[in-house]
Amino acid sequence: MGALSHIRICDFTGQLAGAGATRTLAAFGAQVIKIEDPVTEGRWDILRGMEPFIDDRRGGEFGGGFQNHNVEKLGITLNLRTERGRELLTEIVRISDVVAENFAAGVLAHLGFPYERLREIRDDVIYVSNCGFGHRGPYSSFKTWGPIVQACCGLTYTSGLPDLPPAGWGYSYMDHHGGNFMALAILTALVHRARTGEGQWVDMSCTDAGATMLGPVVLDYTVNGTVTRRPGYPYSSRSDSPAMAPHNIYPARGDDHWFAISCRHDDDWRALVEIFAGADDGQWARDERYTTLAGRLTHQDELDAQLATWCRARDKFAMQEQMLAAGVPAVAVQLPEERIDHDPGTAAWDLWPWVEHRAMGRVRVDGLPVHLSETDWRIERAAPLLGQDNDEVYGDILGLTTAEIGDLRAEGVI
Amino acid sequence: MAREQIGQHLSTAPLPPPDPTRPGPLEGLRVIELAGECAAFCGRLLADYGAEVILVEPPGGAPQRYHGPFVDGVADPERSLWFWHYHANKAGVVLDLDAADGRDRFRDLVASADIVLESEAPGRLAGLGLDDADLRPGHPGLIWCSVTPFGRDNPRAHEPATDLTVLAGGGPVWSCGYDDHAIPPVRGGGNQGFQTASVHAAIGVLVAVLHRELTGAGQLVDTSMHAAANVTTEFASYGWLVAEETVQRQTCRHASARPTQTTVATSADGRYQPTGVPPRSAKEFRILIDWIDDLGWRDEIPGVALLELAEERGGVSMADLAGNPLVAEIFGAGRDALGAIASRLTAYEFFHQGQQRGMALPVIYAPEEVMEDPHFRARGFAVTLDHEDLGRPVTYPGAPWAMDVSPWRLRRHAPRLGEDQGLLDPDLR
Repeated sequence: MGALSHIRICDFTGQLAGAGATRTLAAFGAQVIKIEDPVTEGRWDILRGMEPFIDDRRGGEFGGGFQNHNVEKLGITLNLRTERGRELLTEIVRISDVVAENFAAGVLAHLGFPYERLREIRDDVIYVSNCGFGHRGPYSSFKTWGPIVQACCGLTYTSGLPDLPPAGWGYSYMDHHGGNFMALAILTALVHRARTGEGQWVDMSCTDAGATMLGPVVLDYTVNGTVTRRPGYPYSSRSDSPAMAPHNIYPARGDDHWFAISCRHDDDWRALVEIFAGADDGQWARDERYTTLAGRLTHQDELDAQLATWCRARDKFAMQEQMLAAGVPAVAVQLPEERIDHDPGTAAWDLWPWVEHRAMGRVRVDGLPVHLSETDWRIERAAPLLGQDNDEVYGDILGLTTAEIGDLRAEGVI
Repeated sequence: MAREQIGQHLSTAPLPPPDPTRPGPLEGLRVIELAGECAAFCGRLLADYGAEVILVEPPGGAPQRYHGPFVDGVADPERSLWFWHYHANKAGVVLDLDAADGRDRFRDLVASADIVLESEAPGRLAGLGLDDADLRPGHPGLIWCSVTPFGRDNPRAHEPATDLTVLAGGGPVWSCGYDDHAIPPVRGGGNQGFQTASVHAAIGVLVAVLHRELTGAGQLVDTSMHAAANVTTEFASYGWLVAEETVQRQTCRHASARPTQTTVATSADGRYQPTGVPPRSAKEFRILIDWIDDLGWRDEIPGVALLELAEERGGVSMADLAGNPLVAEIFGAGRDALGAIASRLTAYEFFHQGQQRGMALPVIYAPEEVMEDPHFRARGFAVTLDHEDLGRPVTYPGAPWAMDVSPWRLRRHAPRLGEDQGLLDPDLR
């Protein structure tokens, strides 16, 4: 029994920004009924047929990202172009606590199911829509994906090095957090309903969610008038808030290996000096200008250059072991294979559960970064094949007979 | 379906603005938060949606009161904008957990609470007799949420860590940086390792709240920043899990196992401007041609004839790009036309005009520019709060999502040190 076993979600989400939300709720036990279009074979979610692939097989059942983002869900097909399809959706909404979608603004309404209609079907329904700019506002029709959201909310600009273009985020950070915030939005609405009986429409704009994640620099602007569009900004591997130095990413021995050092205070610095100056090529560390934080900040460029030379001659995991033992936060920049297959921290967390996918076979997926002592998450069931759970949902849940389900198939409704 | 129809629906069914006098969805929940970096954003999210969050600081104040930036650049524990942002909407008390009296008062406070939120070093609270295992047995409905670098019982639990080291060891840094791999990979800005963990912690807390609504039982929510970073890297993780592919960082775009192309222009106002995906369908070519004509730039932008040819041909297929020189030429003409438009317009004009025509284009905003943008203004994103301490109001970032019945609300600024000490008085509790 999961914590959310009493919750049913009528799920139109896709990609990551939406599918990630209902995935988390499903892992905590919610019954998530993922609805896909049989006519396009579910390809509204472009990840269905996209890489990574487990082997040479291709097609809508082999998209590795789709598989990852849709574990623990039931999958059905439903053709909403048909009258019967819309009747069946009405039945599903009637028995669902939540309707979740991340279509472009207006798509679900155009299919005949605006919030007003959902509420007619079920008065306390929770409707959560999530798109790049939300359903209200002058940009509601604008098209986005993760990188566009990140650009428009300030996250791209604030990630990078001086005198270079923005580095941005090398992945759809706000697709992850779009999904996470959407899950939170659904949970807050469920708490409200549990206490008051009221449902509601939650209008999520992913760009707004992203813009909540840079607060201190925003206040520096609104309070002090300080702008970040200025020379030398950003240098996001360094740390202004709080001020720390040295605090950067340095080359390590080998091709494209890197090492991060975060010197929090003078105690960390003294421990680092013992390590650096314990080697012949580290005598620069005893420079008295570096004794105080103020001095290290003032001479940070020079210090970083000396550190880079020192680190470049050394193995990143050897440095990690040495510095962590001295109590200093300093670690290897880990490649995916290092943190997934060779890191005791992720292994002990059971972070990469295996599932058995009906087409792909055995494959690992992302776990969740919270463990609950009484009602923990569970990821055992792979993402559904297209329409995999039609019999269960239309038969066991909606009560249709085998013959009726057969007719739906024959008529192209499911 | 046609875009016009979508637009028609939207114009006829606007969502009414939220009623700010209504209580938030988490109203009635009391949270005791031990001040720290890792969980601050979690507490803020719970507070913003209505929970009563009481921040507990040590005598002299939390170290985060010395995190910049500061009001007028003056370093002072009451002027930290870091503290103002992360602890707005919270009440604040001072307790000395190293003293018996402080511990007693903390136990009393916890007895009045629904949720404890803490990011103490694993073992510290147990050493004081104030951990989950000490306090939850007497208060079985209590939800105890820890946010720590590796989780409470992890083999790496006692390693020192910061936002940088969590993001470096946990995956994000590997994926962020530049095409030139002589340049180090980059930690993205804004202490996102803390925030990523905090968002997950809030999810865990609310799942526990829903369980408690049904059963009355509380539980422990153990959050790992390292795990949170690991599962927030998209293809970098599942590319390895599924296909044992290793992504490589690229300038301002997704890290990828295979290099991807990009097109970037410098806008008329000197900004770095990605120009999006060049047109492929006939409709997309027509949109681009119309844009050029509406700007009156047909004679200035080369290759419009190729765009028209593409439209007549019904678009181009990417599958033909390598083998058909004409298709390659057409595709290049579309890319170059977008670049030419981008270099002649301001970054905002390019984004706004292109998006209005249905093209998925970004504008790279600095955070201060976000606060001035028409979308954010129309949604009321910038929220102003009176600051009697400053003698002027202060504008904060607003709601991550809009709830029409139980809205997000900014009710008060971050507590001054010990501002709400009266909450420790049993009569006021």
